[in-house]
Amino acid sequence: MSTAACSLSGGDQPAAPGERVVTLVTHDSWAARPELLEEFRRESGIKVEVRKSGDAGALTNQLVLSKANPIGDLAYGVDSTFASRALAENVFAEYRSPEADKGPQRYAIDSSARLTAIDVGDVCVNTHPETLAQKGIPEPKSFEDLADPRYKDLLAVESPLTSSPGLAFLLGTIAHFGEPGWTDYWRRLKANGVKVVRGWEEAYGQEFSGSSGKGQRPIVVSYASSPAAEVAPDGKPRTKALLDTCFRQVEYAGVLAGAKHADDAKKVLDFLASQRFQAEVADTMYVYPARDGVPLPPSWQTAAPAPVTPLAMPSDRVQANRERWVEQWRALAQG
Amino acid sequence: MIATALIPLGFLAVFFVWPVAAIVHRGLSAGGVAAVLGRADTWELVGFTLGQAAASTAVALLAGMPVAFVTARVRLPWIGLLRVLVLVPFVLPTIVVGLAFRTLIPDGGVVAIVLANAFFNVAVVARTVGGLWTHLDRRAEDAARSLGASRLTAFRTVTLPALAPAVGSAAAVVFLFSATSFGVVLVLGAAEYRTLETEIYLRTVELFDLPGAAALSLLQIVAVLAALVAGAVARRRRESALRLRAKEETARRPVGPEWTVVALALAIVGLLMTPIVAMVLRSLSTSDGWGLAGYRALAGTGDRGVLAVSGVDAALNSLRTATDATALALVLGLTASVVLVSLRRGRHRAALVEAVDTALMLPLGVSAVTVGFGYLITLDALPGDLRTSPLLVPLAQALVITPLIIRIMVPVLSSIDTRLRQAAATLGAGPVRVWREVDLPLAARSLLSAAAFGYVVALGEFGATSFLARPDAPTLPVAIGALISRPGELNNQMAYAACTLLMVVTVAVVLLVERLRAPAANLGEF
Repeated sequence: MSTAACSLSGGDQPAAPGERVVTLVTHDSWAARPELLEEFRRESGIKVEVRKSGDAGALTNQLVLSKANPIGDLAYGVDSTFASRALAENVFAEYRSPEADKGPQRYAIDSSARLTAIDVGDVCVNTHPETLAQKGIPEPKSFEDLADPRYKDLLAVESPLTSSPGLAFLLGTIAHFGEPGWTDYWRRLKANGVKVVRGWEEAYGQEFSGSSGKGQRPIVVSYASSPAAEVAPDGKPRTKALLDTCFRQVEYAGVLAGAKHADDAKKVLDFLASQRFQAEVADTMYVYPARDGVPLPPSWQTAAPAPVTPLAMPSDRVQANRERWVEQWRALAQG
Repeated sequence: MIATALIPLGFLAVFFVWPVAAIVHRGLSAGGVAAVLGRADTWELVGFTLGQAAASTAVALLAGMPVAFVTARVRLPWIGLLRVLVLVPFVLPTIVVGLAFRTLIPDGGVVAIVLANAFFNVAVVARTVGGLWTHLDRRAEDAARSLGASRLTAFRTVTLPALAPAVGSAAAVVFLFSATSFGVVLVLGAAEYRTLETEIYLRTVELFDLPGAAALSLLQIVAVLAALVAGAVARRRRESALRLRAKEETARRPVGPEWTVVALALAIVGLLMTPIVAMVLRSLSTSDGWGLAGYRALAGTGDRGVLAVSGVDAALNSLRTATDATALALVLGLTASVVLVSLRRGRHRAALVEAVDTALMLPLGVSAVTVGFGYLITLDALPGDLRTSPLLVPLAQALVITPLIIRIMVPVLSSIDTRLRQAAATLGAGPVRVWREVDLPLAARSLLSAAAFGYVVALGEFGATSFLARPDAPTLPVAIGALISRPGELNNQMAYAACTLLMVVTVAVVLLVERLRAPAANLGEF
């Protein structure tokens, strides 16, 4: 075990003795420029220690399980799919950030201000116009188009059982067609040869013709932001998001109830909602800033504009029906 | 001796039994278990889980035996490299292997799942069986041949029975790995095929249905125990003292039909390399031809800082964590093996010995998410709140590696002829000296092999690591996971470049560890 000591000291600048440390618990998609966190550390005297805990679902459930003795001081990444579970379990403490007056409250989920919106991510159908043009098929626009025989065998989606964008797409169809209309829509999608895979890596990375995997299908469920990563050397986007098929998920941060460093955690939350941090979320995490008036990176303005009227669903409706909907979907799509 | 046994058992109790019991108890106390057990699809899950695991075990054994033979018995210049190449699949993240198999077998399904499980596990068979085979005295086999037995008959009646303990060990490990296989089942089964492991994950992480997850976890534990007990019964009938020899005495140039086995082993290793070569090619291909962009980006922190550290730093993180985990697992595994073997020799109650043996294997058969969530509600009671400590990563990895080391070492240690030890004792050596002068030299090569194998498993470990690793110190598999889940060509190339780096690091480390066998060289004296 003597080598354990060397692994602890290596690879990271440890907090100086007496330094204030705030532990931020988050999901796997968290990313931030190390220099930005270092800047915050210099100015505030607070070192942010980041701990990742799986996807948004795993994060939420870990917070619930450990609420008697929380594993950190604040959490970022509980999204609108899981927020009502976290709120019902009283995982978060009340805190109204002064920075949240600059826009994030437009996504407020909770009148007692326990969660502050940090960013929004939109799951949309993406297309590869080049392949569609080669096949001589016009661009699809809507959910309805995807069930049109012209688009037979061209769509790849993720399973809502195992994938967060897959679930968002299913919720989008439910929000759009209502109950029980969505079940009929999925029957038509199945008859039209929709390919269901486990996750985004297979759907986008392998099946989609517009990614580096150069797959066979020119239509895929991904994010509104994905085209920003597929820009050709001449600056033109190679892929496109269908802005009428988007389902919005909001990602929140909150100070954990019973946090050991609650006051410093509030400062970190202010920082996450600040102009400086918000300006970088697009580039580092492929999401849209929740704060009003934060410009998107130039390449995003043409390739990946934010959807204007995305579909959405209240968190408590998702939580109440999710298991039933997914079971119904399973019977339809895989039965 | 009993007191020494408390070290591995205590570790197991704190880092496995307690967390699993706590999380299962929390689920059970909410009720509803009977409803889950009463559902028909629960039993379909059990059937499919055990069925695909049994099929994967059979394929891995069939493919692994020729490789074990060649690496143990054949003296050819490039055998060392072959031993190492077989280990490479073990470090690759399951998501990457799943994607590679989707390209090779586009229709996926059960066949792809079984082949992918076998792909990961050929190394278990080659290492575990090869470990004993290396030390097996050739003269019994030669005697059978000179008495007129054909090669096949000599193998079947002399060699195979002698190898049985190791084959049983390997089968048990492969079965457990396959039964709890998670990534490949989801990716290749398109989330349509479900096992106990994938369903426990879904219920725990996505639906937060702890009662359902607890019921399935109990089923998983019962199923795994049943399989382990069956394996232990089979093993016990076979284990016997053998005349162990040093590698230098047992390996020789292949003759006659042995070349067929060599060719077969080469073909199997060639098949194992197919997805690997595809990954390397993927790391080099860009939208305009071949290029090194992925590797160049890996020297930094990636496209727009996807990674908090450079690929090189991630590799160093991997090496550090794996070193800690392997060192810990060697201490625990060797202690446990020595205790198990001497309990058997000491004619302790066989049932007790088998119970301890089986308990030590259980961590391989229980869902990582069950253990991980169990940590959340238990480990804060220990001083220093291990739940958020970086130490937890090597601890959790050691939990997985220790049973592997035990399974490699027990067959070797228990086949050491007691008469050698008695002779040494008669000549005045104390128990420690006997162990050092007799057991250790005879088992040294297997111990190094076990260490290398454990190291490789730690290098590739993803489940526990991704749950616990700090983003400012990601290991290579965690970095690969982050890169492959991002859009953009460069991220994709970097992910595959990182896979190549992981493979290169693995081969280098294993070659290095296996060079350490110099101290064992003089054991040809025996």
